[in-house]
Amino acid sequence: MRNERTSEEVALGIRRRVFEHAIRNNGGYLSQACSAGEQLAWLYNEELKMGEPTLPPVPKPFGGVPSADNPGYHTGAGYNGPAAPDYDRLFIAPAHYALVAYATLIEVGRMAPEGLEMFNKDGSSVEMIGAEHSPGMEVHNGTLGIGLSTAAGLAWGRSRRGEAGRTWVFMSDGEVQEGQTWEAVQACAHHGIDNLYAIMDVNAQQCDGAMDTVMEVGDIRQKFLTFGAACVEIDGHDLDAMRQAVREPHEGRPLIILAHTNPFHTMSILEERFPRLHYVRFKSEDERARMNASIARDLGVDPVDYVH
Amino acid sequence: MVEMVNRPYASAFEKFAAGNPDILCLSADLTSSCEIDGFRDRHPGQFVSLGMAEQNMMSFAGGLGLAGFRPFIHTFGVFMYRRPYDQLMASIAYPRRKVRLMGFLPGVTTPGGMTHQSIEDIAVMRSIPNMTILETGDATEVESICEAADSIDGPVWCRVLRGSVPRLFDTPIRVGEMRELARGDDILVVTSGICTEEALRARSALQKAGLSIRHLHLHTIKPFDHQALLDHVGSIRHGVITLENHVTEGGIGSLVAETMADAGVGKRLVRLGLKDTYAHGGSRAYLMRWYGLDALALVRGIEDLVGQSFGIGEDDLDAARIDAVHSIVKAEAL
Repeated sequence: MRNERTSEEVALGIRRRVFEHAIRNNGGYLSQACSAGEQLAWLYNEELKMGEPTLPPVPKPFGGVPSADNPGYHTGAGYNGPAAPDYDRLFIAPAHYALVAYATLIEVGRMAPEGLEMFNKDGSSVEMIGAEHSPGMEVHNGTLGIGLSTAAGLAWGRSRRGEAGRTWVFMSDGEVQEGQTWEAVQACAHHGIDNLYAIMDVNAQQCDGAMDTVMEVGDIRQKFLTFGAACVEIDGHDLDAMRQAVREPHEGRPLIILAHTNPFHTMSILEERFPRLHYVRFKSEDERARMNASIARDLGVDPVDYVH
Repeated sequence: MVEMVNRPYASAFEKFAAGNPDILCLSADLTSSCEIDGFRDRHPGQFVSLGMAEQNMMSFAGGLGLAGFRPFIHTFGVFMYRRPYDQLMASIAYPRRKVRLMGFLPGVTTPGGMTHQSIEDIAVMRSIPNMTILETGDATEVESICEAADSIDGPVWCRVLRGSVPRLFDTPIRVGEMRELARGDDILVVTSGICTEEALRARSALQKAGLSIRHLHLHTIKPFDHQALLDHVGSIRHGVITLENHVTEGGIGSLVAETMADAGVGKRLVRLGLKDTYAHGGSRAYLMRWYGLDALALVRGIEDLVGQSFGIGEDDLDAARIDAVHSIVKAEAL
């Protein structure tokens, strides 16, 4: 579909939307926009082969959970286009990146801006922790570590069916603390699953703070290589590095791109909140006002005129 | 003497699955123990080995379901819900993937002790939305479990018997129904799985004692035909007794209790099974006697229900089968 804008512009647009949303709502997943902006922009704007959305630009309200009594149930995957054999699929494994993912859908024209107004509102499908039925989501990933395994199963199945489309996972580095991630990689290596791709936002942050203070994970790349994946490390704010990384040969193995990122990238004032960046809720009106002014300046926009 | 069938699952699964490309046989390093080693050798293209990594296996199976496959997961029941419960919930149950969870070694059918005995799986599965629960009680049910499970539009939990299994029934599982094994009108006995054979052992002694027994065998635990049960409860004079290879909390005893309470039925109910306890390692016959899951326990329960002793002892019961712990029909003594 259309990519009339550069991925740099899309990344900036994502951050502006997340910034505006966070200021208006007195907090949000700001840091994730800083770290992941380029990755999601690159995936949606350049790399992923996706068809036109099959769901309406303004998301429908919550339509119930999957059940035999709910025959009209569908996931939010339609915002990524149809699940056709030649198209790529994408799972957002850390579902708390949903706000950033929704902003991406808007920036690439797959969802209307009104969709973000529904974020975390009762009765809305645009949930705070991306659910299966949330725009752009196809599976539940709110429990961290299950995304890569699910994608591995889907990728194996698609390969068995002779489908050309790839299965992609957007991951977070905290997930390498979960044993399931490594079970998934060893299964991929054992079964030669090479139509599976992941790009991991290595921002070195997790809910409690800096990962090194919570649980050291060591050399992630070496671990992925040892478990049998192909793995490339890049600067996660460098789009050319992503374009290069995806060309890495990985026959018989999944390709994992470790995108090292800065959790304050383009919003330098957030460093004041280090190491508690997981969810930035403003501690005072003064902090909210200072962040509003500072981030607006960084992103080249006017400060948000929010209700005091 | 009851007919014994060797490894009914092995041949039934192969007959059912072979040649159907949408059916996949998943295994977690218990391939021969779950009687699918022959299938693996003869149909390697449909066999997916996932190793001792159940968390990945559950989510992987969810992904296969998303790709339109119908995976049959084979391992011991405990290994499919205790450690990977989160994955079972998020990757299989919630999205209603057509994953068939073939859980071997239900309850005390293994001398493997606490780590191998799934004693609370039915309670867990009953509380999971979208889950269907089937339990096999004889060779015919084992032979028909694959078709029955695969007829369900969603995930299915199956308690599967293996090794040498008695043939008690001559008709396959019909999902949603219950088997009416006796139509008496004094006491309603409700059993499932291996406990049904125990109830059958007590049948003639109870008859001689002058008791008219109505006996139901449940192979479908969820969904459940509550009205059919209530009709039976309404047809008997005294009370109801349940016997299950499971803890009495959340299993078929609870199912019957909830059904009766919801309908305001004022009859007595005795629930037999594991009474808020773990079991330990031992032979099936020993464990069933020790924990009160056998024919004699049922007789004592019925005596409690009617407030009368019938003087029935072990010698009055039909002969129990004694399963060999070490047998050529099992891959290992577990």
